Amino acid sequence: MSDNVSLRITGLAKTFTLHNQGSAVIPVFGGLELDVFPGECVVLAGRSGVGKSTLMRAIYANYRTSAGHVLVRHRGEMVDLATVAPQQVVDVRRVTLGHVGQFLRVIPRVPALGIVMEPLLANGWSREDAEARAKALLTRLNLPEALWSLPPATFSGGEQQRVNIARGFAFRYPIMLLDEPTASLDPANRDIVVELIHEALADGVAMVGIFHDVDVRERVATRDFVISAFAAQTPVEVEAA
Amino acid sequence: MIGNEILLEARGVTVRYGLTVACDNVSLDLRAGEVLGIVGESGSGKTSLLTSLSGRLRPASGEVLFDVGGQGLTDVYGLSEPERRRVRREEWGFVHQNPRDGLRLRISAGGNIVEPLLMCGERHYDTMRGEALEWLSRVELDVARVDQRPSQFSGGMQQRVQIARALAHQPRLVFMDEPTGGLDVSVQARLLDLLRGLVRELGLAVMVVTHDLAVARLLADRLMVMKNGRVVEAGLTDQVLDDPQDAYTQLLVSAAM
Amino acid sequence: MNAQPAAAPTLVGYNYAYLDEQTKRMIRRTMLKAIAIPGYQVPFGSREMPIPYGWGTGGIQLTASLIGNDDVFKCIDQGADDTTNAVSIRAFFAKVAGVATTEDTEAATIIQSRHRKPEHALREGQIMIYQVPQPDPLRRYEARETETRAMHAYREYALPYVGLYESYARLGRQASGAGHPVLTNDRYVMTPSPIPSFDNPKLDNCPALQLFGAGREKRIYAVPPYTSVVSLHLDGKPFETQRWGGACELCGSTESYLDEVVTDDEGGRMYVCSDTHFCAKRREAGEAALAGGQDQ
Repeated sequence: MSDNVSLRITGLAKTFTLHNQGSAVIPVFGGLELDVFPGECVVLAGRSGVGKSTLMRAIYANYRTSAGHVLVRHRGEMVDLATVAPQQVVDVRRVTLGHVGQFLRVIPRVPALGIVMEPLLANGWSREDAEARAKALLTRLNLPEALWSLPPATFSGGEQQRVNIARGFAFRYPIMLLDEPTASLDPANRDIVVELIHEALADGVAMVGIFHDVDVRERVATRDFVISAFAAQTPVEVEAA
Repeated sequence: MIGNEILLEARGVTVRYGLTVACDNVSLDLRAGEVLGIVGESGSGKTSLLTSLSGRLRPASGEVLFDVGGQGLTDVYGLSEPERRRVRREEWGFVHQNPRDGLRLRISAGGNIVEPLLMCGERHYDTMRGEALEWLSRVELDVARVDQRPSQFSGGMQQRVQIARALAHQPRLVFMDEPTGGLDVSVQARLLDLLRGLVRELGLAVMVVTHDLAVARLLADRLMVMKNGRVVEAGLTDQVLDDPQDAYTQLLVSAAM
Repeated sequence: MNAQPAAAPTLVGYNYAYLDEQTKRMIRRTMLKAIAIPGYQVPFGSREMPIPYGWGTGGIQLTASLIGNDDVFKCIDQGADDTTNAVSIRAFFAKVAGVATTEDTEAATIIQSRHRKPEHALREGQIMIYQVPQPDPLRRYEARETETRAMHAYREYALPYVGLYESYARLGRQASGAGHPVLTNDRYVMTPSPIPSFDNPKLDNCPALQLFGAGREKRIYAVPPYTSVVSLHLDGKPFETQRWGGACELCGSTESYLDEVVTDDEGGRMYVCSDTHFCAKRREAGEAALAGGQDQ
């Protein structure tokens, strides 16, 4: 590719088949095309339930795709997450593709600081450097120092989300997916997240985001990507259970 | 970090007990630094698969290949008995569900940890003693208990000693069979956390069999779901658990708490 | 070896030396195998003997299979010729084989022993027979016969060293007072029977044939003459033998294995040679020397 696109989605389709609910087939979207370039933040738009989160997860290879390709620029090459080996996906997620969701997946007993440090350590940072960076981020996000050495299981939703954000922004991923990152945050902390996003974009990060909050959306969006309601072209076959 | 070289490979492995087929034509591979989880309910064949892949049960058909001594993939069952035992002793570790199956209860915790070192040729007392103490502290046991027999420990503590024993000789590949099964929930959580940390710290290749999806999610990079001896689904852990494709996997995931 | 002798005073109804000839042949064949593979435990069809298992039936079967009219038999128990068991076994062979018996180590051709090797060095042509309770040095840690067979076969000898680790870890010293494992002929790890560690060095390069019999466990093993027998040890922890502060209070020896004998109810004790014949001989020599005007 002669252009410097970071993320390229072509012909992407997703349909769920629920085998244990009478084999219901649920199409979500089809034929999606999207390019995301360094420094831009593409906001997924469309009404609730249209499949924004599903698309996000499909890009992250958390959901499998029914058709199409998810190409990411990884170590200089375009890698198709839809077809590549699982070990490669793990590598892409470690080095290239970051993800911040609405909830922190709580791992028992790992302290907040450790959670934030993990992506850095996985990328070969020294413990001292990783710790310094993690502390700086947590300070910026107003997480009280007393909480740094505690596992987040007992934190409030907002505190957990701030740990989540720190973890997502600790390592500079060239591509980031943000799924409602400011949910459960108060306005002051939302502003900090917006700052972090702006800094990342200035650094050339390519972003795809879902923002429920209109104010945040307007401050970060480069452009919108609208997913319209998906209409099945052919009748849905119900398989015998 | 997951390496590029395949450490362990199964090609069309079928395991039989008499006429009963326990595993049917299972293929998989495992790389250094990867954790592969094999999940399924009782009778799914996952334990038989583990037993066969760990060199203790010759498959009825198919091959089990391991990168013996870094010399390239070698048929494990093509090795002579003493060679196979050497591989199991020096290059592999095994964590049994019941720690009593993986420990010598008549010798001290420290003795259990130094035995694998002795099996790999270590003879220096002070060195072994140091290793025993270090491993005990790594698995978060009180080092003052190094000379006590595991029969005096609780189940969770016995399991920690077993983990230390399985890892002490720095194996390249570790097999785990329900490593936290049979323990109290709170003990399980702490053990899983310990395992997770050790696996990442040591960059181990691990194959872990479990029926507990929480264990799988916490430990494994990739999952294989087995039912009635067959692999019904395989993929990244979060893929399999969050977007199950197969009917059985969907059932399993929805049934889990 | 010997056919039924004509004039030996044997018991009516019993074969010479108690065992029938076919059994003796079976045991001798086992011995030959054992001698061919030093330190390797050879299974044999252990017979019912007139004393229970655990009282030396292995040693007795070995002696019975070898003994003949020309033999001179010595039997000791913990070094002494005059303890109950030693006396009984010696009397047994006198009765069933009509052999000459002795307490003199140098005069004996066959010496059967429980728990000690005589202080006096043995010579070519003598046979030393040890009574063994547990022939497998690995059994203490590994109960499965299938596993221990594989360990011996494939030279997987971590376990005896685990035992050494345990004694240093738990007691701070080599704790094996008896039965300290040895490496025989640089191949098989063997238990020298429950002789004190003090006696281990005597097994090495011995001119006599050494046979080990376990009647209950049904195993025979052997150390042929001039075979290397090396006590196991860990790096940094050399093999040690017992030492006593003083000498035998009867004969003055500073080089023999000493027994501690309680003399009264007030904690009084004395140390004397465990090898009664050795001690007696030294005392005789000492008296003779004194009589001849020398100090001892």
